[in-house]
Amino acid sequence: MIKGLHLTQVYLVIALLLILIGVGLVSATFGQAPLSIAQVLEGLSGPEDSGLSIIIRELRLPRIILGMFVGAALGFSGAALQGLLRNPLAEPGVIGVTASASLGAVVAIYFGLTAFSTYAVPVFSMFGALLATMVVLAVAARDASVLTLILTGIGLSSLATALISLVMNFAPNPMSLRDMVLWMLGSLENRTTDDLSLAVPFIILGWLLMIGVGQGLNALALGEDAATTLGVNLKRLRWRIIAGTALSVGAAVSVCGGIGFVGLVVPHIVRFFVGSEPRHILLPSAIAGAILLTLADIITRLPFGNGQLQLGVVTAFIGAPVFLVIVYKTREAMR
Amino acid sequence: MSSKIETAGLALHGVGVALGGQQIIEDISFDVKPGEVVGLIGANGAGKSTAVRAALNLVKLAAGHIAVDGVDTASLNLKERAKLMSYVPQGTPVHWPLVAERLVALGRTPHLGPWDKISNAEQEIIKAAMVETDTWHLRERIATTLSGGETARLMLARTIAVGAPYMLADEPTAALDPYHRLQVMDIMRAQAKAGTGILIVLHDLSFAQNYCDKLVLLHKGKILDQGDTRQVLSDKNLMEAFQISVSRWSDGNTDYLMPSTGVTPASEAS
Repeated sequence: MIKGLHLTQVYLVIALLLILIGVGLVSATFGQAPLSIAQVLEGLSGPEDSGLSIIIRELRLPRIILGMFVGAALGFSGAALQGLLRNPLAEPGVIGVTASASLGAVVAIYFGLTAFSTYAVPVFSMFGALLATMVVLAVAARDASVLTLILTGIGLSSLATALISLVMNFAPNPMSLRDMVLWMLGSLENRTTDDLSLAVPFIILGWLLMIGVGQGLNALALGEDAATTLGVNLKRLRWRIIAGTALSVGAAVSVCGGIGFVGLVVPHIVRFFVGSEPRHILLPSAIAGAILLTLADIITRLPFGNGQLQLGVVTAFIGAPVFLVIVYKTREAMR
Repeated sequence: MSSKIETAGLALHGVGVALGGQQIIEDISFDVKPGEVVGLIGANGAGKSTAVRAALNLVKLAAGHIAVDGVDTASLNLKERAKLMSYVPQGTPVHWPLVAERLVALGRTPHLGPWDKISNAEQEIIKAAMVETDTWHLRERIATTLSGGETARLMLARTIAVGAPYMLADEPTAALDPYHRLQVMDIMRAQAKAGTGILIVLHDLSFAQNYCDKLVLLHKGKILDQGDTRQVLSDKNLMEAFQISVSRWSDGNTDYLMPSTGVTPASEAS
């Protein structure tokens, strides 16, 4: 994958991976029993049946890895969608998958299905994401313009949001209303290997669909006609990115809830370092997304949060100021 | 069939295009030989852009077919077509603040696999295209911060970098000042001299007369006349296609024509 990248991109990718490993280790020190980095490393390398090893490998690692996958899914999809839609404001939510996945989750909570199975919320959520994906893909398959795609996504999001409001409005009791709101703010709390094995296959499948889209996205910087006359199959490019985003982001939202801002902000942070070529920001955006989410998850577990701080709130709090600074710094070139 | 020599060229055969139930162009047939600059002229809405887009297979043909050197382009895949015909769309926007040299490098896309890097040989082609369009000194600039003239030349460099035997340009001189118009036309002529067949949409009738080897005049989606520039730019044709009379004069070897009086469309009804 490194082959198409310039040297500065290679360095950036290596640096980002090192940072990711670093924040991952730090994240593993947080939990019910605070551990040192040395203890974390011991838990990772020690015998499998030691107490330390069980805490690290079975409790903390799944949560950290899930967070990394979710962050990477959001970052990568954000970068790919911004390239496809040629719009720096695009984020995975614009194709309507996020809101539809949330609707699925809220419906599951409304009917109290969580009492029957811990899978109820993620499965309903995935079903919501799937429905939205099928609508958007049906539109994309008719060779629709980018504008039509965005408008379809906005329409789907609005509809899903309206239905979410309706469900909340009729929430059977305050507890379930509270569950709905908290779910929509996003969290990695108490996520286990079950959630990991539910979401990660779809996230990876989505990425596989999007492998090698960089060249087409670069050519698309010149517009659709120019890209076509440069040999880019736009219909296929659109299909791959929308289906890929829907799968990976749909799966991510299903297990972690609505986590805003990562998909929007991360590509901008990466552009600041490697320039605006759509192709060069894809891989770094995935890793930077994983870093941002892991960092945010550490912050949710800092003492001042009292264990009440939700992940989506923190990502927005980190993301928004960084976003504003970058928008200000790049205002000359972005016209 | 005819010999190789006769089939050399980009040829439209009886091409028709309908968009939204409306017939935009009908029965369009003309060809562009290697080394030739063919000007496509006509009033607004005559179907010039559609004809160019049809030649590039960017719109669905309702009738006819396109052949390049005797091969039906509908039988080729996107990459094969991309290597045969390069395109300068009208007023191409740049959607991201790309570095100028990287933008020109996009012209090599049809020649690269999804993971290929720009090789030294590719780099030489990119540099040559930028030198020829006088944009090499801008190579490290951000494309979105360049002036209109610089952007137009950069787009031309991007198109030349494709290295296709045929180039189709939709109003590449629009929005340029007189000096940069001349510069762009000179670049086009130099490309033709090197063997490229060029189809160019033009509004300036003097440019059409002085820079083109052949003209195709479109009127209401059909070809009104084509061939020698003087013959196509006759008073009668210009009156019918543009509803204008022109003044003509010569300066040395160069002929000029300038619209002098317009007539109201009503008087043209017959």
